[in-house]
Amino acid sequence: MRLLIIEDDRDAADYIVRAFREVGHVADHAVDGEEGLALARDGDYDVLIVDRMLPKRDGLSVIGTLREKGVQTPVLILSALGQVDDRVKGLRAGGDDYLPKPYSFSELLARVEALGRRGGGRGDEMVYRVGDLELDRLSHRVVRGKEEIILQPREFRLLEYLMKHAGQVVTRTMLLENVWDYHFDPQTNVIDVHISRLRSKIDKGFAQPLLHTVRGAGYMIRDGVR
Amino acid sequence: MTAFAKLFATTAFRLTVIYLIVFALFAAFLLAYFALNTRRLVTEQMTQTVDAEIYGLAEQYNVGGIRRLVLIVELRSQRPGSSLYLVTTRAGESLAGNVGSLPPGVLDNPGLTETEYRRLEEADGAAHHALVRVLELPSGFRLLVGRDLEERERLYRVVLSAGRWSAAIVVVLGLAGGFFLSRRMLRRVDAMTETTRKIMDGDLSGRLPVGGSGDELDRLAVNLNAMLERIEALMHGLKEVSDNIAHDLKTPLTRLRNRCEEALRTARGETDYRAAMEATIEESDNLIRTFNALLMIARAESGQARDNMAEFDAAEIARDVGELYEPLAEERGLALRVEAEGPIPVHGSRELISQALANLVDNAIKYSTGTERAEGGEMAVVIHASTEGEQVLLTVADRGPGIPEELRGRAVERFTRLEQSRSLPGSGLGLSLAAAVARLHGGELRLQDNDPGLKAVIAVPRGGPQGAG
Repeated sequence: MRLLIIEDDRDAADYIVRAFREVGHVADHAVDGEEGLALARDGDYDVLIVDRMLPKRDGLSVIGTLREKGVQTPVLILSALGQVDDRVKGLRAGGDDYLPKPYSFSELLARVEALGRRGGGRGDEMVYRVGDLELDRLSHRVVRGKEEIILQPREFRLLEYLMKHAGQVVTRTMLLENVWDYHFDPQTNVIDVHISRLRSKIDKGFAQPLLHTVRGAGYMIRDGVR
Repeated sequence: MTAFAKLFATTAFRLTVIYLIVFALFAAFLLAYFALNTRRLVTEQMTQTVDAEIYGLAEQYNVGGIRRLVLIVELRSQRPGSSLYLVTTRAGESLAGNVGSLPPGVLDNPGLTETEYRRLEEADGAAHHALVRVLELPSGFRLLVGRDLEERERLYRVVLSAGRWSAAIVVVLGLAGGFFLSRRMLRRVDAMTETTRKIMDGDLSGRLPVGGSGDELDRLAVNLNAMLERIEALMHGLKEVSDNIAHDLKTPLTRLRNRCEEALRTARGETDYRAAMEATIEESDNLIRTFNALLMIARAESGQARDNMAEFDAAEIARDVGELYEPLAEERGLALRVEAEGPIPVHGSRELISQALANLVDNAIKYSTGTERAEGGEMAVVIHASTEGEQVLLTVADRGPGIPEELRGRAVERFTRLEQSRSLPGSGLGLSLAAAVARLHGGELRLQDNDPGLKAVIAVPRGGPQGAG
């Protein structure tokens, strides 16, 4: 993926750029809002990572201007402001995701990959398939091999989100935000318990596990053969 | 001079002067009106008597001729008083009367006039003022009857001088009163200013003096004192908060630093370093969590989060949070039950109430875990949503160790962590956060005995913070 990072803190930006390159992405860096806007308008990027507070032109204004000009590249906002209303403001300005600082690189990477259009994330397909696991979004039926799996509504949404991003790492906060619509820290890791319940339903008794834990990052659903 | 200038600058004094001017103008107007009317009335009366007399005399002339008229006029002129008489020939030759001389031409104009005259019997011959009527008798004789105006002038002068005196008295008394009032006011304001300066210098315990008369200044002082009370409480709270924040952040920072130092000192290879780094990251994640919770509480306490409030269903919140924690409870060997019937609409922040409730449930599960089961008792965490009058109650009840009654008050204070909470993972600020969220919504967090265990109730007004009154 081609990424543009608009961030005025050079140390932080250098670190992110290096880390993205290590995992095989192409990353450019702009140090202020004006430069970022110019690059984002002309360059062909898959995802923009925009710091909220920037010199010359603030992050939200950069995003607003881009959207006005018809640039629809997905934007992830980085911000030291992490409260609910700041988030809402960021998303209203045209951001697609919002990550409060400080963040871990694995969280940033997972979110950027989920945002990238080419990198993955299925669109409006009615049936998601991973290996022999099949999820029908219309009839809410889940089948593995020939066996139907009965899921609770929340488990279904959890699996749906994981399968939508099959092959990509999905973090716990991403699940909490997208499956439960909560933007706070539930203290204890409740998501792990939900995952292990789901795992016992879809993987138990099958030779090939599909739902994997990615250490230090999150979870991934993936056909082991691929 | 500066003291006088200061006095003049006071509102009380300026008001006094303005009132004084207005009052004096009004009094002057009143007196002038009175004087002029009196004068007019006196003149009218004189005119009437003069007219009556002159026509009486003319009648006498008609009856008895000039001789009779002269006789009567002679007679009347002898009487003392202010009446004036004169009978002349056509040429102006005096035949009878007590008027010595008149300005020329007065006798040629029959009718009513005011004129100067000199009296016959007066040697010095000073000029007097009089109101006279001149009548031309049929045979060319002139008859003049008049009244001296001295009386009228005297009355007029009396009224005028009364006016001057009263004006002087009004001004002097008014100024003195204004001076006295503004001095008194000024002294009180000076006392207030003095106290205010002391307070600004840092002595927040100072209070403005209250006179006790209940006037505007007193009411102002009482209100300002109430404000000072609140500021002092807030400052006290702020100090406590910064102490707590310092403690809550410095302790884990120290641990973080120690761990790094220890790794540098003792690590023998990559695995050791890796383990130390992982522990460091975990520690810093905890630090961030605590920091976020502190920020959250501060934000809720300051009331900033009131913008995004809307109507939501408290029962649904209870069910959703219950659903989120149910697997965790089961894993810990606890039963988690949700008792939430039908929609319970409430105005507020769905996100914050959810977070507060989640924190309470998280605590309940944490503290119930590993607690000895009471005889025949069930180890359950119960989430209950209900209404009580205009309040919506979200209750989390557990069978854990509970909080001793004497500590419950402290447990819901801003930023407080009870010692026992420090040993468990998490920010330990769950109760503080729930309490802050409840206060943000105009409600409160109640901690009750669940016998055994703890019952934590988030009680918020149905209509949101405005509905709290």
